Amino acid sequence: MNRTETEHVRDTSLLGFWLFIMSDCLLFASLFATYAVLGHSYAGGPSASEIFSLPFVLLETLILLTSTLTCGLAVVALYKRNREQILGWLFVTGALGALFLALELHEFVTLIAEGHGFQASAFLSAFFTLVGTHGLHVSIGLLWMLFMMAQVYRTGLTNVTERHLMCLALFWHFLDIVWIFIFSFVYLLPIIV
Amino acid sequence: MNIFGKLSLDAIPHDPVALAGVVFMFSAGIAALVALTYFKLWRWLWEEYLTSLDPKKIGIMYIVVAVLMLVRGMADAGMMRLQQAISVGDSFGYLSPEHFQQVFSAHGTIMIFFVAMPILFGLINLIMPLQIGARDVAFPFLNSVSFWLFAAGAGLINLSLVLGEFSTAGWLAYPPLSELQYSPGVGVDYWIWALQISGIGSLLSGVNFITTIFKMRAPGMTLMRMPIFVWTSLSSMVLVVFAFPILTATLSMLALDRTLGMHFFTTDLGGNVMMYVNLIWAWGHPEVYILVLPAFGIFSEIVPVFSQKRLFGYTSMVFATAGITFFSYLVWAHHFFTMGAGAKVNAFFGIMTMVIAIPTGVKIFNWLFTMFRGRIIFSSPMHWFLGFVVSFTIGGMSGVLLSIPGVDFELHNSLFLVAHFHNMIISGVLFGYFAGITYWFPKIFGFKLNENLGVYAFWCWIVGFFVAFMPLYILGMMGATRRLDHYDASMGWQGLFIVAGVGVCIIGLGVLFQVLQMYVSIRDRKKNIAGADPWNARTLEWSVPSPAPMYNFAHIPHVYGRDPLWARKQGIEHHEPPYTDIRMPKNSPLGLLLGLFGFLFGFGIIWHMYWLVPAAALGAIVCIVVRALDEHTEETISAAVVERIERANPSVTV
Repeated sequence: MNRTETEHVRDTSLLGFWLFIMSDCLLFASLFATYAVLGHSYAGGPSASEIFSLPFVLLETLILLTSTLTCGLAVVALYKRNREQILGWLFVTGALGALFLALELHEFVTLIAEGHGFQASAFLSAFFTLVGTHGLHVSIGLLWMLFMMAQVYRTGLTNVTERHLMCLALFWHFLDIVWIFIFSFVYLLPIIV
Repeated sequence: MNIFGKLSLDAIPHDPVALAGVVFMFSAGIAALVALTYFKLWRWLWEEYLTSLDPKKIGIMYIVVAVLMLVRGMADAGMMRLQQAISVGDSFGYLSPEHFQQVFSAHGTIMIFFVAMPILFGLINLIMPLQIGARDVAFPFLNSVSFWLFAAGAGLINLSLVLGEFSTAGWLAYPPLSELQYSPGVGVDYWIWALQISGIGSLLSGVNFITTIFKMRAPGMTLMRMPIFVWTSLSSMVLVVFAFPILTATLSMLALDRTLGMHFFTTDLGGNVMMYVNLIWAWGHPEVYILVLPAFGIFSEIVPVFSQKRLFGYTSMVFATAGITFFSYLVWAHHFFTMGAGAKVNAFFGIMTMVIAIPTGVKIFNWLFTMFRGRIIFSSPMHWFLGFVVSFTIGGMSGVLLSIPGVDFELHNSLFLVAHFHNMIISGVLFGYFAGITYWFPKIFGFKLNENLGVYAFWCWIVGFFVAFMPLYILGMMGATRRLDHYDASMGWQGLFIVAGVGVCIIGLGVLFQVLQMYVSIRDRKKNIAGADPWNARTLEWSVPSPAPMYNFAHIPHVYGRDPLWARKQGIEHHEPPYTDIRMPKNSPLGLLLGLFGFLFGFGIIWHMYWLVPAAALGAIVCIVVRALDEHTEETISAAVVERIERANPSVTV
């Protein structure tokens, strides 16, 4: 393939991936809309401000935001075509992502243990589904990241790995943006209002 | 834990009507397997179709599955009509209420998701790349995955005949009826997972086709030079990408309610039933336009060709399409004016619904003005178009009637509504698809369909359609609600129900003519060789040989205006460089495997066989990894082979 053809393939992949992200945005929009409707249906149970621990969620948020920074640095390394740096930053990103996921699971387990599980009220169903869907996306992102690290290690920077790394970075940033909305609407808003 | 979950031998139906269905399905399946083995066709099927990444092959598979499902959906329709014609007063017909409910739920679900959607995707696969001068779609492997996910969904919905039961909650499964409390069986789960899995396939197709249209057009094919079918496909796919995620989310929430005991749409612990109805129609109304816009596009291709004149008002056609795409998101609440949203909300949605009729009207006038002073050729695609114009306009007017909230309160959930949407979907969507299949058939297979039988089929369809559905308008006004399995003799409805049943028989005759048409056309295929351009057409797909070679274009065409083939035939452009090697994607069985794992995933959840769910997910991940590791996904077709194919089936030369 010559240079323009390579670029064309990359642009095509990226456009396709942007479209996929747009559709994923709509998926989250539906879940947010549901949360907006059901967020006050406590069914006699606790409300949002009673069960969420803001400092804990802030910690989660900072970890995920930092992972976005390191993911960005991995892309910078990609532009510099520095394989070791790419692998290093991807590793840091993945580690932070895994830490985030562990904290989220801890939050879920604690809530369920306290009797605030997803079966307790419509509010909690909507909460667990919205946040859990984000967590599921992060898990998929982590698996993908592992795969990409193996690929970069194995084959180096080919057109294919480069393209896939760009898509992965997009995906990771997207998850970060969704989390900012979750943080604001699900955790922060009930405290402020 | 039981490894079979809820599945046991009791799941096989005992009721004689259902059992007959099972026996029929099994014997048809076994007959097909025996035939494939006897004629030694397995290898051919595997290499030419099942593992193919060629959009034309994938398109054919979509349409074949859709036609099989159409037969099942029509059998359901016939069963309903028979039941309603005889189940009056002391007679309770031949179907139990439970079975009748399964039949109408299956009819709606199958016709929309497993007939209309796949024909749509099939036609786009077959024609859109050819019309924009491309050799392939943007993501050929993803295309195969989409098809197999659709096939997995179709497999699940057919499996519900044999194992367990289907949903009794209607084609959109409104809660609370579809919740575990009122539908404890596996029926609704079958419905959810058949739709969920095929819906993900649709979403991926949407992404794929939009990217194809934006990135793969031939040099010179600017947006405003694209054939209208490409424009309407683009709009339809934009709607898919924006609407199907809502369906995915809604179905997931219903599934979470049913499987994990959540409370999104339950009647207790704060669940909100109307939330479901809003969400499902926020997908459902765009879905109507997802189906009908490409049909409009097909008519916009056919009318100019069979009037031998360029399309009237191309620009207004594009803007009307875009307008419909936009407005289709602002009308969803007209499906439930009776929810109680209040006068202001209902007024907004009522007015928006009337507004959306305007761009549709623009299109009708454009087609009529295209015909005006043209040299009209009354071929069978043109018959479908004319039938469409008449009945679609009637359906459109009944739709505008229903858009008035006050009227809707009276007619909501009545047979008037059923008549209205069949008016739109049969004459808008189905006639459009029939016209498209007839029109493009020669491009795909190299020979034309028999014209006379096509025209007979049309007349049966249009007459049968009016006989079957006009009585429903009247019945609806007389107060007959939809989904009735029995009514009192004093209502005076039976006569009209019998007339409607006769109408379905006439439609059935039309289907027989279509089967006969296919048989006769294949038998006489040597006499009906089409050549590259059998209709004296205008767009690029007719410039290549028929059947179109796997690489579509030996040379990527350069486009200098709208209707490029027409221009070439007028001698405005001409060039034929020597043939070169062409790189095309290799076959891959991984799409099929992914579909299989999707099927097992759904099956595991439906029957609570929880070990199967992670196993299937793992299998899917392995498939994706194997595909990602494969560095040799393309193969080269040498210039010599291209030359041989091109010489055997000449393209249009001037």
